[in-house]
Amino acid sequence: MNQQTGTDRVKRGMAEMQKGGVIMDVVNAEQAKIAEEAGAVAVMALERVPSDIRAAGGVARMADPTIVEDVVNAVSIPVMAKCRIGHIVEARVLESMGVDYIDESEVLTPVDEEYHLDKRKYTVPFVCGARNLGEALRRVGEGAAMLRTKGEPGTGNVVEAVRHQRLIQSQIRKISSMSEDELMTEAKNLQAPFELLLQIKELGRLPVVNFAAGGIATPADAALMMELGSDGVFVGSGIFKSDNPEKFAKAIVEATTHYQDYELIAKISKNLGIAMPGIEISSLQPTERMQERGW
Amino acid sequence: MVKVGVLGLQGAIREHVKALQTKEAEIVVVKRIEQLDDLDGLVLPGGESTTMRRLINQYGFLEPLKAFAAEKPIFGTCAGLILLAERIDGMADSHIGVMDVTAKRNAFGRQRESFEAPLTVEGLDEDFIGVFIRAPYIEEVGEGVEVLATFNDKIVAARDGRFLACAYHPELTDDDRMHQLFIDMVLDFKKEGLATE
Repeated sequence: MNQQTGTDRVKRGMAEMQKGGVIMDVVNAEQAKIAEEAGAVAVMALERVPSDIRAAGGVARMADPTIVEDVVNAVSIPVMAKCRIGHIVEARVLESMGVDYIDESEVLTPVDEEYHLDKRKYTVPFVCGARNLGEALRRVGEGAAMLRTKGEPGTGNVVEAVRHQRLIQSQIRKISSMSEDELMTEAKNLQAPFELLLQIKELGRLPVVNFAAGGIATPADAALMMELGSDGVFVGSGIFKSDNPEKFAKAIVEATTHYQDYELIAKISKNLGIAMPGIEISSLQPTERMQERGW
Repeated sequence: MVKVGVLGLQGAIREHVKALQTKEAEIVVVKRIEQLDDLDGLVLPGGESTTMRRLINQYGFLEPLKAFAAEKPIFGTCAGLILLAERIDGMADSHIGVMDVTAKRNAFGRQRESFEAPLTVEGLDEDFIGVFIRAPYIEEVGEGVEVLATFNDKIVAARDGRFLACAYHPELTDDDRMHQLFIDMVLDFKKEGLATE
């Protein structure tokens, strides 16, 4: 029978099914179950959440396969995991373990400071971070089937995610209104594949799903990112670094679904306890900014 | 003219709305229970069935959906099929549970096993490309359930009276024939209803 795996449609389609949902970082099976129970559409299995990676310093790598395996066995929703930028073998290892989506992520320490993975070669789909449309489309050109803003991970400060989503959306609007004979020069300026600009012009949006990530700490933050045109949100440190993860996780899911129902968001934001402590971005040294990783 | 809703809690909502566009139907995204009231048919989109069920519970959608199913046609794709099935392999309870089939979740495997393949679908002239994403299949059907498509001997599309379900994602293709099939069901159902009144 004529059966094809790993096609663009199958890889991108998987992300389409996640739309309107929340993907939560978890570091063990117990957290994964809490996330699933709260209504997460997927979990990201990690050894440490970004704020702990930030605090620990040093080299951050792919999670111990035991953690990934435990999470895969604990839940029926899809499981994602992160590999380092350019780390072909970490990606292949995660693929061999049956991980449903790989995040080639700037949260981990890159192993290749020039090249990202050729993601077209894998059967498993990839999600990648971006700060602007050029970066987003280079990743899609390499085969990413899903995008997310980079934001500034592990800070509990959503300002960078807002900046990245605003910029990407405005760059999409600009291309939509350009004439076709202007697109090649725009492709040159963005350092992005011309064919993808043509697709954006035709669709009026990105050819893949685009989530928000990096610094989302409250239900209102999640709703804000939806309001700005995100297809869904990743919440990293925000949930399990808060006072009451169960309640927090549910509230973030609900705020994402009903992001324009402000009375509801008010109701679910009451007595949530303390959110994760935040970091003012300008207090970070340039070398501490994870979003600068990736090329 | 009929009014068809797409349950808008989570998943591939926009794609279903696009695929349903026809002169014969008005399409609405259903986020609140009261929106079910004046619909002639409902689509349960693909998404994460576990998540959708949680959201259905959280918003008190389950009983209203059951009441809707008792009277009107529903089309479920992938996660939607799971929501419609009377029996789900490995689970004690069903969700809406109105279609006389036994569904098996993630039956074709994880994402790396997800695939697309041409299918012969009863009622369609030419092959339909089925996009299967961590897809379920139907293990068993009850009497009176019409099997519409199989893949490697697994049932992947079926109709039970006013309920239509498929394991694949017609909304991810540009082929809207499955959606037209459902619109036709809704039109027929409404016409019959008016005739018997």
